[in-house]
Amino acid sequence: MTAGPAPAPEIGAAVEQAPATGASPFRRLAGHPWSRFALRRAGRLLVSLWVLVTASFLMIHLVPGDPVRAALGPTAPAALVAERRAALGLDDPLYTQYLAYLKDLLGGDLGTSILTRLPVSDVVGQRLPATLALATLAFLAAVAIAVPVGVVIGVLTRRGHGRRTEAAFSSGSIVLGTIPDFLLGVGLVYLLGVTLQWLPVAGNATPAGYVLPVLSLAVGPAAILARILRVEMVAVLDADYLRTARAKRLPARSLYLGHALPNAATASLTLSGLILGSMVAGTVLVENVFAWPGLGTTIVRSILSKDYPLVQAIVLVYGLGVLLINTAVDVALALLDPRSTIRED
Amino acid sequence: MNRRTAHRWLRVLRTPMGRTAAALVLVVLVLAVVGPAPWNARADAVDTANILAGPSAQHWAGTDNLGRDIAFRVLEATRLSVGLALAATAIGVVAGLLLGTAPWLLGRRLGRLVTGAVQIAIAFPGLLLALFFAVVFGVGATGAALAIGLAGAPTFARLVQTLLAGVAARDFVAAARIAGVGRLRILVRHLLPNIAEPLVVNATIGAGGALLAFAGLSFLGLGVQAPSYDWGRLLYDGIGVLYVNPAAAIAPALAVLVAGLALNLLGESVAKGFGMDALVGLPASASPSPAAAAGPAQPAAERPADDAPDDVVLDVRDLTVSFPAAAGPIRPVRGVTFSIRRGEAVGVVGESGSGKSLTALAVSRLVDAAGRVDADRLHLLGTDLREGDSAAQRRLLGSSLAMVFQDPASSFNPTQRIGRQLAETSRHHHGLGRRAAFARAVDRLRAVRITDPDRRARQYPHEFSGGMRQRAMIGMGLMGSPALIVADEPTTALDVTVQRQVLDLLTAIRTSDAVALLLISHDVAVVSEVCDRVLVMYAGRIVEDLPTDRLTTGALHPYTRALTAAVPRMDSPLDRPLPVIPGRPVDPADVPPGCAYAARCPLASQRCRDEDPPLARHPSGHRVACWHARPEPAHAEAVRPASVVEAS
Repeated sequence: MTAGPAPAPEIGAAVEQAPATGASPFRRLAGHPWSRFALRRAGRLLVSLWVLVTASFLMIHLVPGDPVRAALGPTAPAALVAERRAALGLDDPLYTQYLAYLKDLLGGDLGTSILTRLPVSDVVGQRLPATLALATLAFLAAVAIAVPVGVVIGVLTRRGHGRRTEAAFSSGSIVLGTIPDFLLGVGLVYLLGVTLQWLPVAGNATPAGYVLPVLSLAVGPAAILARILRVEMVAVLDADYLRTARAKRLPARSLYLGHALPNAATASLTLSGLILGSMVAGTVLVENVFAWPGLGTTIVRSILSKDYPLVQAIVLVYGLGVLLINTAVDVALALLDPRSTIRED
Repeated sequence: MNRRTAHRWLRVLRTPMGRTAAALVLVVLVLAVVGPAPWNARADAVDTANILAGPSAQHWAGTDNLGRDIAFRVLEATRLSVGLALAATAIGVVAGLLLGTAPWLLGRRLGRLVTGAVQIAIAFPGLLLALFFAVVFGVGATGAALAIGLAGAPTFARLVQTLLAGVAARDFVAAARIAGVGRLRILVRHLLPNIAEPLVVNATIGAGGALLAFAGLSFLGLGVQAPSYDWGRLLYDGIGVLYVNPAAAIAPALAVLVAGLALNLLGESVAKGFGMDALVGLPASASPSPAAAAGPAQPAAERPADDAPDDVVLDVRDLTVSFPAAAGPIRPVRGVTFSIRRGEAVGVVGESGSGKSLTALAVSRLVDAAGRVDADRLHLLGTDLREGDSAAQRRLLGSSLAMVFQDPASSFNPTQRIGRQLAETSRHHHGLGRRAAFARAVDRLRAVRITDPDRRARQYPHEFSGGMRQRAMIGMGLMGSPALIVADEPTTALDVTVQRQVLDLLTAIRTSDAVALLLISHDVAVVSEVCDRVLVMYAGRIVEDLPTDRLTTGALHPYTRALTAAVPRMDSPLDRPLPVIPGRPVDPADVPPGCAYAARCPLASQRCRDEDPPLARHPSGHRVACWHARPEPAHAEAVRPASVVEAS
């Protein structure tokens, strides 16, 4: 699913090195599936990072017209525009600008906001924690909901058991999984915030303020994850090795949680990586529903005010988050299912 | 093709979800097409006397900050919302098709570049891509449509690539290429029509997604700008006045939700309806004849009473396994009685479907919960296994009964190291700690002749060869102190040289520790080599129970004789066809009232067809279930040479 272009010589190398298990320690390390996996995965991460950085650099140049003029408005004096253009380096040749951009980026300098003249890294540093907290909590909530539900429903609906439960669960989870997070947010605000007045509907000043944003972000992914997990559980419960585990007369707990769940989770992980990645982007909408002081509200404001350096930086941060999640998912997959380290995709 | 497609669509419409979704999509589309005209004036009518009013009879969803009617504005917005969503979908589909077919048209090197780019783009969520493009194309309806369309393109491109790869490998494409047809022509004439169906389904789901995404962008203020409005824009305005008139936010939210869900669910139902095509051909469950269902239980004519009780490891009497089916239960095992003594090796042979594997699973209590196991007696080492699932029973089964399954490749958990899988038994049943259990696992691996067991125990199943896996499986059974090994086709999945090692290992374990063995196999040669005694099963019954050395010369049942005659031997005449058993095995759902073998038996008489022979002790000493049991007639008589298979 999350595949990069695998270089052709590597496949050949994998085939040649596979039987060399008894060779010298060095060769064993070099030919070890784990080190090959690490190299391949790191290579893919680097290529994706480069694409991300280049895209965010090009963004400001793809905007039709003069971005500085657009940001400052038609009434801004020509001299000011020229000065800002020079400050942003927009008059230099493209490759000079690209190199300067890369250099600044490596030095942690994300540029300066066109409007506020504040360093962008300060703004990001100030806003990132709130977004990270929201995304992390929502991810944990989604997993905490999806795993027990998926496992229990999977066990209940194995091998044609509980057909009614299955039908109810699958239509319910499809509907829940389709409702977009921001609509769910609006609904929750109306129901629990405005009508019942149980929970605060804006900001993160109190712990209770986290409940609604986290819920709106977590429910959809949780429903999809639970659905995938159920399907995988049903398949795994039918596998030969589960029969072997039953033949060992293990208690139900280690049968389902020890043998079935890791395999079902492995099969679900690749897809859930995509879902979790989209949760990162989902924070943008949810933050705007709940006036959350995070990156999501900032990026929307800066897109509207055409503060491009800030937009560039936030797009980079989100993209980086997604790439890190994808990598983490692949590593988790390799840990859970060692066969995936030798699988070329 | 066309009729089939129409038929499938009809089937989708017959499901409740498909029907509801299709109806809703139709309503939304009609609203979008004919909608605006009737309420155009009312949606934009400013009523300053009624600003931000709540829902009333006059204004169902209240009014906005200019006193305009929210309900009509929501209806009015249908056209723009749906139109923009469809435009975005069209952009996405076109861009996706271009990107997806590029590898086919551009050839390997350039194609790989495009594929790689799509792979990278697809890793980023759609909303992030949409935000990126929204910056590039600028805030507004056109920019948002382009942004959402292009953001959806990578996913669609990936789908096109995958589908193309599947179709391009087919013969007719190869034929067209050999005939010199150009790549573009092949694409348009042969490939695209073949992948159109899933593409349409996915475009439908995509349209639902685009609708929701558009609402999202407009809600953020990045999509449709005032004075135009779509549902997202109304939501954006409504959420600002949520405390004054919640309906102003709820009404457009509901509209988005209904339309988006309808499109999504229609796509999902269609995908499901089409995908389930493969399942339609499920075996039409043959109705069992009433005679089979109510058939007389095997009269327990002969009880192995002569066995001293303390010597018996496994004692089974009148074992029945049945599965519920639409037309009454099916009974693949119909009254099996046998016992196994300490250190004895008993083989079970029979064609596939004779119930031999199920018998093995039933005595080990591993039949799936759907199946029902009944027996007059089912004792392992004197413990009744018929009822309950106590810890004591589990410990007995876990440590005294070892199972070896047919396919060692799939019988190990792929995600756990071999050592851990072995150690598990000792940890649960013998209370050993992690380290002690692992040491025992290493020791047991050594016992099954796995070299370098310490290293091997730390490896995963996929790092083992097939034979090694099967030996490790046997080792797993030896973690306890087994009194009985049940091996279900242990060598079938292995090649001949490895078969030998596994059989030798089983024999060695049996003789050194006096472990009994129940060996299920379709291979008469394997059984006669390893076992002392053979149970011949046919249609869920034991038809003969005889010592192995009598198998070739002293068999009394015509089925046993046919089975052994079908095994090629060193002295089989090469110039004559190898005998086969004529006819087909009995369907467990449709067992005849008399002897199940009668239809294929050369000796069958009317009595055979009417009355099922009991398994009784024959004067020659072993048990047989046949009205015509007699020793060794000429081979030619027992096996019809008429059915001919070329002896190769």
